[in-house]
Amino acid sequence: MLRQIEGSRAVAEAVALCRPEVVCAYPISPQTHIIEGVGVMVKSGRLSPCEFVNVESEFAAMSVSIGASAMGARAYTATASQGLLFMTEVVYNAAGLGLPIVMTVANRAIGAPINIWNDHSDAMSVRDSGWLQLFAETNQHALDLHIQAFRLAEELSVPVMVCMDGFVLTHAFERVDVPSQEEVDAWLPSFEPRQVLDPDNPVSIGAMVGPEAFTEVRYLAHVRQLQALVRIPELAAEFETAFGRGIGGLVSPYRLEGAETVVVALGSVLGTIKDAADALRDEGIPIGVLGITTFRPFPAEAIAEALEGARQVVVVEKAFSIGGHGILGADVSLATTGRGPSVYNVIAGLGGRPITEDSLRRMMLQGIERSLPPLSFLDLDSGLVERELDRMESERRSGPSAENLLRDVGTVPARAS
Amino acid sequence: MTHAQADAQIASATFQVRFHGRGGQGVVTAAEMLSVAAFLDGRYSQAFPSFGSERTGAPVVSYCRISEREIRTRAPIDAPDALIVQDATLVHQVDLFAGIREDGFILVNTSQSFDDLGLGDLAERFHPDHLLTVPATEIALRHLGRPLPNAVLLGGFAVMTGVVTIDSVVAAIEERFHGAVAQGNAAAAQEAAALVAEERLARASSD
Repeated sequence: MLRQIEGSRAVAEAVALCRPEVVCAYPISPQTHIIEGVGVMVKSGRLSPCEFVNVESEFAAMSVSIGASAMGARAYTATASQGLLFMTEVVYNAAGLGLPIVMTVANRAIGAPINIWNDHSDAMSVRDSGWLQLFAETNQHALDLHIQAFRLAEELSVPVMVCMDGFVLTHAFERVDVPSQEEVDAWLPSFEPRQVLDPDNPVSIGAMVGPEAFTEVRYLAHVRQLQALVRIPELAAEFETAFGRGIGGLVSPYRLEGAETVVVALGSVLGTIKDAADALRDEGIPIGVLGITTFRPFPAEAIAEALEGARQVVVVEKAFSIGGHGILGADVSLATTGRGPSVYNVIAGLGGRPITEDSLRRMMLQGIERSLPPLSFLDLDSGLVERELDRMESERRSGPSAENLLRDVGTVPARAS
Repeated sequence: MTHAQADAQIASATFQVRFHGRGGQGVVTAAEMLSVAAFLDGRYSQAFPSFGSERTGAPVVSYCRISEREIRTRAPIDAPDALIVQDATLVHQVDLFAGIREDGFILVNTSQSFDDLGLGDLAERFHPDHLLTVPATEIALRHLGRPLPNAVLLGGFAVMTGVVTIDSVVAAIEERFHGAVAQGNAAAAQEAAALVAEERLARASSD
């Protein structure tokens, strides 16, 4: 049924349609509306049987999810930003134990300085944990990816993280097609755990493994992710047959025919990028867009194939490895090594900085001219940076940089002297 | 603008609305309800807030786009076709009118005139049918007993711009609220709609 609802509500509906038996989460912006929505459905009895467990922290939320999943319950949680960091130790445990938990990450920047707005630093910080990571472009994608996530997680016995841009998607009202309970029930079989804690048939999980087998345990986790590379497109095709929407899969090509320049990105910024690319296409410039839906496992082969004809590739991403490079950018560079295109990496939208069509257009034109540096920052206020560098150069006790910058931009008043 | 003119405009380009108000006035809810109204009219629409450090009374901005096609951009609206100003005390504090199109619409919640607000210069630049005031807080107080102007202004907006129908605005209000709050807001929106229609009629007959 077509509905005009908030992204968080759409995800709450999708999660409820998947009939989780245990939901345990700790509220944090911008995830809160999702978990409130699921909570209301549990309380009203609409989502039943399901236990909603209130806990004191994200660490506990993931720990309870692990316990529930290990007992054979379908388990769901959601978090963002510092919340994801706070549960990081158990995020790794969930993956290491092979427990098919589904978690929404309402992507948000990481402090300090505190920032509640959107970027991808949180999800990127756990990209090596062994979770699958899917990125939603729209709220319809977010809704559909959650339904696919439960099936994928349970088939492969791996946890899946569905990433959606905080505020940009979670708090946006837009049209979504919400499937019926019957449709979801027909597509998503009940959870048949690969391993289960059963008092009548006791087993240990998570026992210590020494050097004699740890490499093999990790290699098996890698093998499961490689299996996911095959299974994800198959499930997307099955989903399209059942629901009529071609959402999911590894990558999402847009106007790649004859494209000499291709912009690669994750998440909701793809919409603005497509608008900017369309405007250039109308002017006869052969430019295309490649959305990455599946970030872990990394679909290197699918990306290399999609970028086969490109001369230059501009990777736009909302996170970076400080002191190093863009994260998606590095992965794309590696995937295309020896295949031809020059890869330019542009960091954009950190901490909620709006990504405008005008800025993207300028970036695209520079990409086409091959005048972009290997790594650059969209709309960086270099004057602001220079002033702080000068201050740091001229006096030892120049004070906290973040607060100095806020005074420079006028967000907070100048210090009384 | 008539519905036919509005239809023609939306067919060629996305219609973009920016809301300004203060925390607690339902600025975000207003954009969301407008998006629901446009959806009920059969259009694509997108509403989203501009999050600041929200506090009751602090300036808040929200956005709504309405289109015949799927809306893909996620950028904030910097060149709006219409502004809805829920709190007239903002007019000289915040850069409210930034980017507003010359043929755009401005609807301000006030019982004063544009001259009284110190906006006489602005008024001269816009078509008189595109620049209106509605005493939405007073109307809300009468119907709801609370100074919440957001739903009321949507009623005036529907008639002023023609981009949504008043029926859909009322339906969106009833989807959002329940019981007496829904009834009060719906009645208040309809009163604002009637007020704008009368004002326009009066201006047309005096021309």
